[in-house]
Amino acid sequence: MTQRSGSSVAEGDSPSSSLGPDLARSALAGDRRAVARLLTLVENGTEEGAAALTELYPHTGGAHVIGFTGSPGAGKSTLLNCVAQAFRHRGNTLAVVAVDPTSPFSGGSVLGDRLRMRDLVTDSGVFIRSMASRGHPGGLAHATRDVVSVLDAVGTGFIFVETVGAGQAQVDIARLAHTVVLVEAPGMGDEVQALKAGLLEIADIIVVNKGDRPEVQQTVQAIRTVIAGSGSVAGGWEIPILRTSATERTGIEALVEAILAHRQHMQATDLWSARQARQAYADIEGWLRRYFDEWVAQCMDTRDYDALAEAVVRRACDPATAAHSLLTRFTEGLCSKLKG
Amino acid sequence: MDIGNEQVIRVLIAKPGLDGHDRGAKVVARALRDAGMEVIYTGLRQTPAMVAEAALQEDIDVVGLSILSGAHLALVPRIMQELKEREIADIPVFLGGIVPKEDIAVLRDMGVAGVFGPGTETRAIIADIREAAVARRKASR
Repeated sequence: MTQRSGSSVAEGDSPSSSLGPDLARSALAGDRRAVARLLTLVENGTEEGAAALTELYPHTGGAHVIGFTGSPGAGKSTLLNCVAQAFRHRGNTLAVVAVDPTSPFSGGSVLGDRLRMRDLVTDSGVFIRSMASRGHPGGLAHATRDVVSVLDAVGTGFIFVETVGAGQAQVDIARLAHTVVLVEAPGMGDEVQALKAGLLEIADIIVVNKGDRPEVQQTVQAIRTVIAGSGSVAGGWEIPILRTSATERTGIEALVEAILAHRQHMQATDLWSARQARQAYADIEGWLRRYFDEWVAQCMDTRDYDALAEAVVRRACDPATAAHSLLTRFTEGLCSKLKG
Repeated sequence: MDIGNEQVIRVLIAKPGLDGHDRGAKVVARALRDAGMEVIYTGLRQTPAMVAEAALQEDIDVVGLSILSGAHLALVPRIMQELKEREIADIPVFLGGIVPKEDIAVLRDMGVAGVFGPGTETRAIIADIREAAVARRKASR
């Protein structure tokens, strides 16, 4: 995590401010500018953003969240542009949340997913938001869940979340989305094997994009072989393996149908409520970790920390004991504060 | 709220109009990224409505336009109008490109916060953008 995203959570805002709830009400009334501002507040982890989320939360739960993940350069953004258009033609409102990596060196980033979504930009039924990962591993940003909640609360029917170009272990999207679409490009060969213990396990729909390339059939075959052993996912859903070409716009309708079929399957079985429950656990865990991260930051912001570091340098104390002693002092301080 | 460290500055870099030279825009985008900013890069051939809509949805602090076609006097007022219609005309707009000296004052009158001609140092661009972003946030609170 970068210094910034961790330390900005609790401080700076005036707690009496009604900005968060005010913006929440404007957003619920359909003010797109208020939605955009709220997204910034929750993305920056401000108290105002948290207050707004409290206000908005009862309005969430209606959106179908669809994750698009896969290797960098597989064509996620371009494919998403086509799929989102197809959903629009069916009259649905939708949002796209596109996550790109933050530079670990400068803390800055260039977010370029909009570049490939030009057909959606001026459509008033579409809201596109670019997010930087801000040092969070796992393919999403820390606040992606909160951004999705805001967009859900204001009545967005379908929310597409595009992850950072992801490898094996970046599976956060499985805890956020109802439907995970894994997008891969042809010509991977043995790399399919590598996906086995990660992304392939979380996919509800697998897409081999760039279907105009010659090696596409081998890749489809390789994926089929790999997932054949693992059977279908919970609830009897047969994972479809589809071929698309985002540039030639082929296979798009089949993908849309597959997403809608998955939704129907989830609603007909217990899968939808199971995923809602999984999300609830993951969300509470996320907040717990956030609060604990703040504690850790506060523990480190003490003179004891410096003294102990010096002791560790002198080999008068080992790091684990030092950390334990800091933690003990901090929790004792916290307890006496709570009693007082 | 402290702006300098705690909140990331979000900049939109857009190329309105029809010229296809985006190298300058990319250089600036990269320099701003290296200065710790989040740059939303929209690429070539953006219409004024696309620029304004992106600025709104992304809750942008500063808009940077790159125009090399000479169409700045036609494009800028339309972009300003689109921003106004969305009630986000308070977002500072900077322009980079080839602009005749006599046009700079005209653009300023249209509300452009600054014009960066050829040879402008990226350091100067970063400083101006940061200053404008901080000033706007202070004013809006």
